[in-house]
Amino acid sequence: MAAPQPINVEDLNIYYGDFLAVEGVDVQIRPRSVTALIGPSGCGKSTFLRTLNRMHEVIPGAYAQGKVEINGENIYDPRVDPVNVRRRVGMVFQKANPFPTMSIRDNVLAGVKLNSRRISKSAAEELLEGSLKGANLWNEVKDRLDKPGMGLSGGQQQRLCIARTIAVKPEVVLMDEPCSALDPISTLAIEDLVHELKEEYTIVIVTHNMQQASRVSDRTGFFNIAGTGKPGHLIEIDDTQQMFTNPSNKQTEDYISGRFG
Amino acid sequence: MSTTDVTPKTPEATSPSMASSRRRMGDSVFSALSIGSGLLIFVTLALVAVFLTTESMPAVMESKEIIGDASAFSLLETTLPLIFGTILAAAIALAIAIPVSIGIALFISHYAPRRLASGLGYMIDLLAAVPSVVYGLWGGIWLVPKLEPLYLFLNSTLGTWPSWPGFVPFVGGEPVVALFAGDPTAPMRNLASAAIVLAVMILPIITAVAREIFLQTPRLQEEAALALGATRWETIRTVVLPFGKSGVVAASMLGLGRALGETMAVLMILAPGATFSFHILEVGMHQSIAANIASKQAEASGTDMSLLIFTGLVLFVLTFIINALARWIVARSGVKS
Repeated sequence: MAAPQPINVEDLNIYYGDFLAVEGVDVQIRPRSVTALIGPSGCGKSTFLRTLNRMHEVIPGAYAQGKVEINGENIYDPRVDPVNVRRRVGMVFQKANPFPTMSIRDNVLAGVKLNSRRISKSAAEELLEGSLKGANLWNEVKDRLDKPGMGLSGGQQQRLCIARTIAVKPEVVLMDEPCSALDPISTLAIEDLVHELKEEYTIVIVTHNMQQASRVSDRTGFFNIAGTGKPGHLIEIDDTQQMFTNPSNKQTEDYISGRFG
Repeated sequence: MSTTDVTPKTPEATSPSMASSRRRMGDSVFSALSIGSGLLIFVTLALVAVFLTTESMPAVMESKEIIGDASAFSLLETTLPLIFGTILAAAIALAIAIPVSIGIALFISHYAPRRLASGLGYMIDLLAAVPSVVYGLWGGIWLVPKLEPLYLFLNSTLGTWPSWPGFVPFVGGEPVVALFAGDPTAPMRNLASAAIVLAVMILPIITAVAREIFLQTPRLQEEAALALGATRWETIRTVVLPFGKSGVVAASMLGLGRALGETMAVLMILAPGATFSFHILEVGMHQSIAANIASKQAEASGTDMSLLIFTGLVLFVLTFIINALARWIVARSGVKS
């Protein structure tokens, strides 16, 4: 496997119809590391996250202009099929969303079975176990793989979704506030998992929780908006340590120290 | 209203009880009205059931099956072909309408641009508002001649298909289900034509219900599939269809209920017969209960009328069961239609 390259975002403008939601993002996201995105509600951090796997555009009227290079390939090139982008850039959502009609096994293998990709039974079992172990869920579910995924607890469901995401072997995993609906213990389990996942994947995580950002991430980016109806901007991105102790921008400092607004 | 008022001025304020012996006039009138309206439904349904049962009794009592007289008419022999024709026509109509409806509903809910989708939705509703007699005219005059080449083609190429065994017939017919077999002759006023027009008529209701259910698919589920790299069709297959399955079944049941009872379209298109033939292209082989009643009731009297009413009772029970089944499925799935 080739050495992983950073995700290169250049001059990215993100629109909902006529409304410019996020303006002029220029950033390099380091491979095999965790980048946290923080900022007040409505500042565009989730919107930005969703442009990294072109999930943004599933909302009618939404689109993005600019360049996002993953492994040297601009995913906004007109020749690029968003379906292929999403296979390489997985996503974990705010609320756990296992497929309700599927068993735990089928949930994990759902992405692999898509696109008529054939997989032998033994390879499927191996992938199933590997993905569930990768999501720290194997020991809890190995005796009930054929039970519905919805029967798990909220935290387990979220880890099931992570297993489902890594089962398709993406290069990047995007997480959109993955712990916002979870209790502290489940949150801790996910955070531990994020630490392990960065060995293999580039992770971008949006969070409202600044302690979480400081706990899990190597680098932190701060998004902000000037006011309602104005576009969001990436104000600053730096090593997490630096951001939380000595940010270079006044806005970041105000936000982090709670003196916001 | 506070109880800490120092100087109560009105009698109401001095009384600690909020009970009122006087019932509000509007309340009781409205309550009586709504209870009455509710009861009216039960009464109507009961009256219809009682009417059908009592009026069909003479025919039942005089039938061969009851009095054992071989020269008397047979209740089964007259009724069963009608039941067979009704169910066969409805089944074929459903077989045509369900896939088309699902296709239209998916197009509206997931493929069409929003403006086209709403326009198409209105058109579908409009289709439901067209009176059945208009469908009957259109089908009988315009559609039937147009279908002739198709029927002849089906008859010559698929005439022996499918050749699985049919049920043992009471009257005539062959013990093999070969839908396109037989000898189709113009004008093609056969069961197939009637079923196609029925399919058009039940299309709107199935489409409308299916569309509603597909639109209710949780956004988060669809995004889960998309984020895994699913195409639009794969998203529909893994998320939308499993979510909407029971709703589509319920919608089809509603369509079936309508197809069973539909009268005018069948009456105006189908050349009637009374066999258990599966040859849907042959003319003069089938008749439905509803069309049979409509065509004969003006001249019928005495036992004949009673017999028609008996077939009406059969239809009543049949549609009742279908509707109950549909409601049970909807209730079980928890999907609102």
